[in-house]
Amino acid sequence: MSTVIEPPITPVEKLHEEVETVTIRFAGDSGDGMQLTGTQFTNTSAVVGNDISTLPDFPAEIRAPAGSLPGVSGFQLNFSSQEIKTPGDQPNVLVAMNPAALKVNLADLEEGGTLIVNTDGFTPENLKYANYASNPLEDNSLAGYRVHKLPISTLNMNALKGNVELSRKEIDRSKNFFALGVLYWLYDRPMETTLSWIHAKFAKSPELAKANEIALKTGYNFADTTEVFTTHYTVKKAKIAPGKYRKMTGNEATALGFIAASQLSGRPLFYGSYPITPASDILHELSRHKSFGVKTFQAEDEIAAVCAAIGASFAGQIGLTGTSGPGVALKQEAIGLAVMTELPLIIVNVQRGGPSTGLPTKTEQADLFQAVWGRNGECPAIVVAPATPADCFHMAIEATRLAFKYMSPVFYLSDGYLANGAEPWAIPSIDSLPKIDVKFATDPATFMPYSRDEETLARPFALPGTPGLEHRIGGIEKQHISGNVNYDPENHHLMVKLRQEKIDRAANEIPLVEVMGEKTGKVLVLGWGSTYGSISSAVEKMQREGKSVSSAHLRHLNPFPRNLGEVLAGFETVIIPEMNLGQLCTMIRAKYLVDAVPFSKVKGRPFQIREIVRKVEEYL
Amino acid sequence: MSTQANGNGSNGNGNKPIVEAVSADSEVGSAVSGRIAPPPGQLKKADFVSDQEVRWCPGCGDYAILNNVQKVMPELGIPREKIVFVSGIGCSSRFPYYMNTYGFHSIHGRAPAVATGIKCANPDLSVWVITGDGDALSIGGNHFIHAIRRNLDINYILFNNRIYGLTKGQYSPTSEFGKKTKSTPSGTIDYPINPLSLAIASESTFVARSIDIDVKHLGVMVDAAAKHKGISFIEVYQNCNIFNDHAFDYFADRSVRSDKVLYLEHGKPMIFGKEKNMGIRMKGAHPEVVTIGENGITENDLLVHDIYLQDPSVAFMLARMEQPDFPQPVGIFRAVERPTYEAMLVDQIDASIAKSGPGSLEQLLNSGETWVVE
Ligand code: SF4
Repeated sequence: MSTVIEPPITPVEKLHEEVETVTIRFAGDSGDGMQLTGTQFTNTSAVVGNDISTLPDFPAEIRAPAGSLPGVSGFQLNFSSQEIKTPGDQPNVLVAMNPAALKVNLADLEEGGTLIVNTDGFTPENLKYANYASNPLEDNSLAGYRVHKLPISTLNMNALKGNVELSRKEIDRSKNFFALGVLYWLYDRPMETTLSWIHAKFAKSPELAKANEIALKTGYNFADTTEVFTTHYTVKKAKIAPGKYRKMTGNEATALGFIAASQLSGRPLFYGSYPITPASDILHELSRHKSFGVKTFQAEDEIAAVCAAIGASFAGQIGLTGTSGPGVALKQEAIGLAVMTELPLIIVNVQRGGPSTGLPTKTEQADLFQAVWGRNGECPAIVVAPATPADCFHMAIEATRLAFKYMSPVFYLSDGYLANGAEPWAIPSIDSLPKIDVKFATDPATFMPYSRDEETLARPFALPGTPGLEHRIGGIEKQHISGNVNYDPENHHLMVKLRQEKIDRAANEIPLVEVMGEKTGKVLVLGWGSTYGSISSAVEKMQREGKSVSSAHLRHLNPFPRNLGEVLAGFETVIIPEMNLGQLCTMIRAKYLVDAVPFSKVKGRPFQIREIVRKVEEYL
Repeated sequence: MSTQANGNGSNGNGNKPIVEAVSADSEVGSAVSGRIAPPPGQLKKADFVSDQEVRWCPGCGDYAILNNVQKVMPELGIPREKIVFVSGIGCSSRFPYYMNTYGFHSIHGRAPAVATGIKCANPDLSVWVITGDGDALSIGGNHFIHAIRRNLDINYILFNNRIYGLTKGQYSPTSEFGKKTKSTPSGTIDYPINPLSLAIASESTFVARSIDIDVKHLGVMVDAAAKHKGISFIEVYQNCNIFNDHAFDYFADRSVRSDKVLYLEHGKPMIFGKEKNMGIRMKGAHPEVVTIGENGITENDLLVHDIYLQDPSVAFMLARMEQPDFPQPVGIFRAVERPTYEAMLVDQIDASIAKSGPGSLEQLLNSGETWVVE
């Protein structure tokens, strides 16, 4: 585009260096567009063939006061020419758009790391907001870092003023694209992916499209010509398995997984939900896919959301409800009803920091007990947990399969880190996906509402609309086989045991847990859910160093895989890192009488690889 | 380290598989199901009676309502298998067990939400919600409002006995102010809620009221509700002869009913009284009771009932009329048309398929920015 300002200086000779892995964190005000900048950098890096992993980190307030500490929004991205499984322990590069962003994030930046600051954001007012007594850009406090001070707002304003018909305020909003342009030059990224995104996104506002395009290109050219940067870096394509890939966040994968489950089972999907962070994106995503027959229902509250899903299950659809921990707390009575009526139901819990409102935008794994034991009475349900953002897709299918096969509620425990984190996803062929078999009773001569399958103990599923199978179900104890209301003590004892035995039997056909590394040794690191990336990276690193450590990751938490006891027995010490105070650890100790060691981190942030390495080393 | 793998989980009886108990014809396992085979041809009332023993207290008003609903059912011409009764918790909520249709006895207050899911999943079903004053207006108040405003094609019958029966006699959200009950020995200080006011405020497209002992009228209301396309809300005054006996006698008892109850009929002037000489007339913005023939008042001065008024103001005004200042109105207060929730839900899906064809999983998985690794 002709309007791009070419800086009037002769280009300086720049050095080119190759690096393996880079971790960048973009940080600014929640209004600065840092999530967008990070996402664009991620998409481009994925498309050029790097392995990627991301960790968005945003405040609970949509727009906390500009420049304030609580208003800081961050996006961390790890990209590499090697296989990576985490968003990186420590950023190598920090982009800080204002003093608050610097204050909140500087401690995480590696020693000697690169710091790119927007000096225009360092006004006396903003410095005061961020509780800086003196300007860190001037008081030598950043001496340990490679600091690049760029007047990003001014440079961007100069490039755009007069070239677009936008107000100064509107122009200033495109400064994140200028910063992105600088980073694209610095890490040798092509601009095409972002340019086509800009033009698609702002198709209806050509002036904004133009502004963002100019900002991006000017940032790029500026970095190329300025003397501030002497070197730029290349991160080569990663050696990942051949195939077709796309970038996937956990929430996207969850939504797509349930749509796939619906196609694979031939049962339409009904999603009842009440908006809640960090699960709402599943509702947004599913509501876009009506052509798959997906029915989304934004309910008046969490209880109505799950009850409507139960109603839909009763009528033969995939009854799905999604929420976070506080929502599950409200739904539990209804989940008990689904246990009693033995209907398939799936409850997605995108866990966040608790208790109560807790840390709505931060990740945590503290709802495991809630899923396994959190209802009144003996009330067993199946519990599964995806391990990575991409795994969310497969576990959604698995949850649906188990719900139908065992006529049982199934908890699906994701978390904020999986939900918003992204990684490349090898698009599976449709043929490789498992079929989900759903059988309905149709024969009035043999139908009994609470008779049981000999193998699974599941009761028959009779849909309203089937002639001759009219029957009544409900939350009162059922008589074995007939399903009539029954208060008999012997019957209750039997039914309590039957409901438990049914869930226990699911262990017969869930996959065995795999040991990554030697099957016996000094330390086994056992994990579940989103800790997979950090645990497996740490363990693989130590294995390369010849240490006697293996890892195993549980995707089924109730019941446990049937070989778990045997696996645990192969190691001197079992360490269980969890973002809670040791919930899986307590379950393992109780069930297997193993003196497992809890390793807790409940800070709203995922484990770092090195934290796990350090912990394991204590036991070697 | 030694590990004791107790692989058999939480099955309390060690390793003995429970399946034995399942297949064996044990005492509890041999219970017979009393399902009645679907009758050929025309359905009769008896076809809607389930094999379950009805367990309400003898004399309870619930019997009359059950009897009436079972009587109306065959006239609707809907096959039994397409009918679902859903309830919450309370005496009235046992209702589905006694209907030989599909039934779901859910949890306290949540019947409208369960029914919403059923109706959305399968709009072909005729869905009925049976609830009580505590179930619908106290613990389930939120679902009451929202199920009604969405206008699903569901029939919603509230048995109002102005008391908590199943929990043995505490006051309910419709109990009259000052009522002395087990939980309010000094009288309630809760102001009661009016179910019809709330239903109308929630934009109900069909609102009616009847009385358990007025068998004929109740039947007509149930029939009209079933035929209305959209939410049909009926409040039925129901006598709880154990914890709130005679609660409605002051207007519903046969000896006073014609003087104290106003039977609303569409297109007819509002007349009541043994002598059919009392009526309702508007005085400014307010209704008043007048006597035909006194002060030159004729039938022509009376308010004529119109159930089709889009504006709910008159229906609301009627819902506020009560003893002793006014006769207690029963009948259909309002019956207006609005698209149903489930129809619009299905329309959006159909429109989406019409526009871009039925969803392809292959395409969906391959959408967005993709790249190929060789
Ligand atoms: S307690 Fe009252 S409402 Fe309940 S069954 Fe007995 S009479 Fe009927």
